[in-house]
Amino acid sequence: MSNEEMLHAQAATVHGVEVEHHDHHGEHHHHETFITKYIFSQDHKMIAKQFLVTGMIWAILGGLMSVLFRIQLAYPDSNFPWLETLLGKWAKGGHLSAEAYYALVTTHGTVLVFFVLTAGLSGTFANFLIPLQIGARDMASPFLNMLSYWFFFTAGVIMLSSLFVETGPFAGGWTAYPPLSALGSASPGSKTGMDLWLISMALFVVSSLLGGLNYIATILNMRTKGMTMTRLPLTIWALFFTAILGVLSFPVLLSGFILLIFDRNFGTSFYLSDIYINGVGALPNEGGSAILYQHLFWFLGHPEVYIIILPAMGIVSEVMSTNARKPIFGYMAMIGSLFAIAVLAFLVWAHHMFVSGLNPFLGSFFVLLTLLIAVPSAIKVFNWLTTLWRGNIRFTPGMLYSIGFVSMFISGGLTGIFLGNSALDIHLHDTYFIIAHFHIVMGVAGIFGMYAGVYHWFPKMFGRYLNNTLAYIHFWVTFVGAYLIFWPMHYEGLAGMPRRYYDFSNWESFKMFNGVNVFISVVAMIVFAVQIMFLVNFFYSVFKGRKVTSQNPWGSNTLEWTTPILPGHGNWVGEIPEVHRWAYDYGKDGKDFISQTTPVGAEESSH
Amino acid sequence: MSIFFTIAVVVLVFVVIFQIAKASEYVAILKGEEKAGKQANKINGFLMIVFLVLGLIGVYYCNDLMKGRIPVSSSLEGDKVDQMLYLTIAITGVVFLITHILLFWFAYKYQENDDRKAYFFPHNNKLEVLWTVVPAIVLSILVVIGLRNWFIFTGDAPKESLVVEITGKQFGWIYRYPGKDNTFGKKYFRNIDPATNSLGLIWADNKEMNQTADPASFDDIVNEQAMYIVKGRPVKLVINSRDVIHDVGLPHFRMKMDAVPGIPTTLWFTPKYTTKEMQDMTQNSNFEYEIACDQICGNGHYSMKGIIKVVTQQEYDVWEITQKPYYYSAFPEKDPSAKPAAAPADSTKQAALNINKAAGKSIALK
Repeated sequence: MSNEEMLHAQAATVHGVEVEHHDHHGEHHHHETFITKYIFSQDHKMIAKQFLVTGMIWAILGGLMSVLFRIQLAYPDSNFPWLETLLGKWAKGGHLSAEAYYALVTTHGTVLVFFVLTAGLSGTFANFLIPLQIGARDMASPFLNMLSYWFFFTAGVIMLSSLFVETGPFAGGWTAYPPLSALGSASPGSKTGMDLWLISMALFVVSSLLGGLNYIATILNMRTKGMTMTRLPLTIWALFFTAILGVLSFPVLLSGFILLIFDRNFGTSFYLSDIYINGVGALPNEGGSAILYQHLFWFLGHPEVYIIILPAMGIVSEVMSTNARKPIFGYMAMIGSLFAIAVLAFLVWAHHMFVSGLNPFLGSFFVLLTLLIAVPSAIKVFNWLTTLWRGNIRFTPGMLYSIGFVSMFISGGLTGIFLGNSALDIHLHDTYFIIAHFHIVMGVAGIFGMYAGVYHWFPKMFGRYLNNTLAYIHFWVTFVGAYLIFWPMHYEGLAGMPRRYYDFSNWESFKMFNGVNVFISVVAMIVFAVQIMFLVNFFYSVFKGRKVTSQNPWGSNTLEWTTPILPGHGNWVGEIPEVHRWAYDYGKDGKDFISQTTPVGAEESSH
Repeated sequence: MSIFFTIAVVVLVFVVIFQIAKASEYVAILKGEEKAGKQANKINGFLMIVFLVLGLIGVYYCNDLMKGRIPVSSSLEGDKVDQMLYLTIAITGVVFLITHILLFWFAYKYQENDDRKAYFFPHNNKLEVLWTVVPAIVLSILVVIGLRNWFIFTGDAPKESLVVEITGKQFGWIYRYPGKDNTFGKKYFRNIDPATNSLGLIWADNKEMNQTADPASFDDIVNEQAMYIVKGRPVKLVINSRDVIHDVGLPHFRMKMDAVPGIPTTLWFTPKYTTKEMQDMTQNSNFEYEIACDQICGNGHYSMKGIIKVVTQQEYDVWEITQKPYYYSAFPEKDPSAKPAAAPADSTKQAALNINKAAGKSIALK
């Protein structure tokens, strides 16, 4: 499609008018080169796949890092010569160095949170589903969309390059608290590695903003005829709130980073005061506040966890309803609770700072607001449970992951009640309890949402199915494994075992968990291996999987299943269908499902 | 070599699983996809209930195995934390059980079946109000209890508290006692000299930095070996950092507070058991109250350990007498007590030895 044509198509859809001579575009008549189709593509579906594959690569790298540092935690006294082969000076004599350990922990966190669970999850499904499910030919601005991916890609390349600098990548934890992150003299990782980390993250923020603005504009302006906001599938609602959260909070993070860049390179003292570094002496900085950074960071950092989990919630709601053959229970309550979570997301950031020296009176408000989030979360859980009740459940792999998601969300959400209560947080803060909590509720649940989405929409993405047997093995091993890894960590945390420790063997208070750490590490390796198996299944099935033969393999109501099996750029051949009802008429009036495009019949019961 | 062998085995297992999976897909196509799908559905439905049962057994077993490893609370405030913890575990435990039983039981019970039609049940206001209001009430209870404790923990320390200053640095802790005058001398970070003045106490006039010597600083006691506190007497820690952010983590006392450069913080608690009593209770003669740095502070973060010795008031008094003002270790010539017999406490063992000797003496005096 030429640019000019595309602009026309956009203009046409923006105004909600279907222009006759554009209707036949899609599959045939325009020529695309390899570069415009697969690399600098402006087709939202291709961009979604780019986000997905890039996210997968980062997930494997980030996962591999966790395997490496889990080896250190399990066997602090052993040597593995192959580690030296792999890492060179970072693992002299086959023993991971402390520097390498902290670099791996930091990069694992950064990469998984931002590159996998934000870009990989939102980037993939917002791009893929928004136009398809609201009935649009593409995003509001396909060009910005393409830029969003390439900013993300560049951010990734820079992050990757930081692994190869002489002083090593940044090693001060993914939250990058100054002064540690500001002073190269305090940690070698805070030298060039941190500069690259900051540049990479700044580019990532740009990518998120470009993407987010685009998603919001598309959802508000480009819905097809009849697609009112209250007829949108919950995936779109979730992605909509996610985009708003990102657009409002990422700039604050960037401002925090800019001040940090100034402190690092231009001699300012935003975050620095009263510092004496061993071997360097007293620094000239006075009057800054290290806590200021934490406020700026967590003002994004907390919404960020909802940026991760909301799309997963949306995907799960959609997949669960489809496969329970029942409407999602409490559609309006689901939107309401998404909205409540999105609003509260901005009002709870300081619960990450209860022990930072924050004013205790101020802290008490954050306790109240934090525990308030449990209410909309509880509504969502009970609504999912009720959706399963008296359904007719098909355990497709997507459905299994949706059920797994609910289980993980409950388990991790409940431990949030411990941590949000500041008096308990004093004891549990920065221990393995918090590691267990956020890995379950954000990491595993987020990834489960992503898997649910990948398994459910794979036929739409590639016109083929994934292998089911491998999918079942993948699910059950991952599900059981995730609990085996993270459940015992709660106990380590209750004993006060701190996170980000390279070696516990010198600690009388913590060394009794040595056996537990071995167990966790072994399970982590098995789970990691099974994720590789998923990737094999994924890439094999993209090319050789069983072909999809029907337009709507899951018997789903939403618009994406009214497109051709492999839709071209423009999505629908002919007119974009008109929408007449909400997305969840499953099992209504004895009918298995009623597509959104079916007009409401005269005798149809109302709900 | 073994690593290649391991990789080869993993790859082989992969290939086998992959082939089986591929074959089962062909079988499914031959059998008819619908039939194969139903079979898979039954297996997965059954696994749901298996997971629930085995999972709950696992939760019980794990708890049984692990609960003994969590140390008892050693402070009065820690007891409050533990009470709150048990209440929260009880409440969340009930919710966890109910929701998980429902989740997996529904999944099992309502698996696809030709005879059943899904029940069209889009919403029900009563139910939705119910599960909005009940969690809100339960959470309010937890908030009230939590905030009551929070204000106790973060409130002012009792007047009779022992006050100790603790300063984090890469990678260790420096403890300071106010000495005889009960007042901490002023300090300034530009005076720091790691060898003689680790905290930068203002011992001398300095026109350039516009500071005058603080008399209160001359009798301050500074050491890096261990912090001595008294059983039953509240202790207030004034927390500082010399370089990056650290965190005073006290797992046994259930307390924690960041050490932020430039911004002093505080925390207080009342120790319940002496170190000796804990050694007996845990039957571990190596037991120590350890201070764990809980905020990543560089590559030595994991080794940033401090020791707290909880002793009786009597032992504490004896220990206090043996301590020399830090000023004299920097300027031994100014020490009025001539050539002291006891070497400056340069190792924990030495200090402990001194105490034992001194304690022995005081008992003999009686």
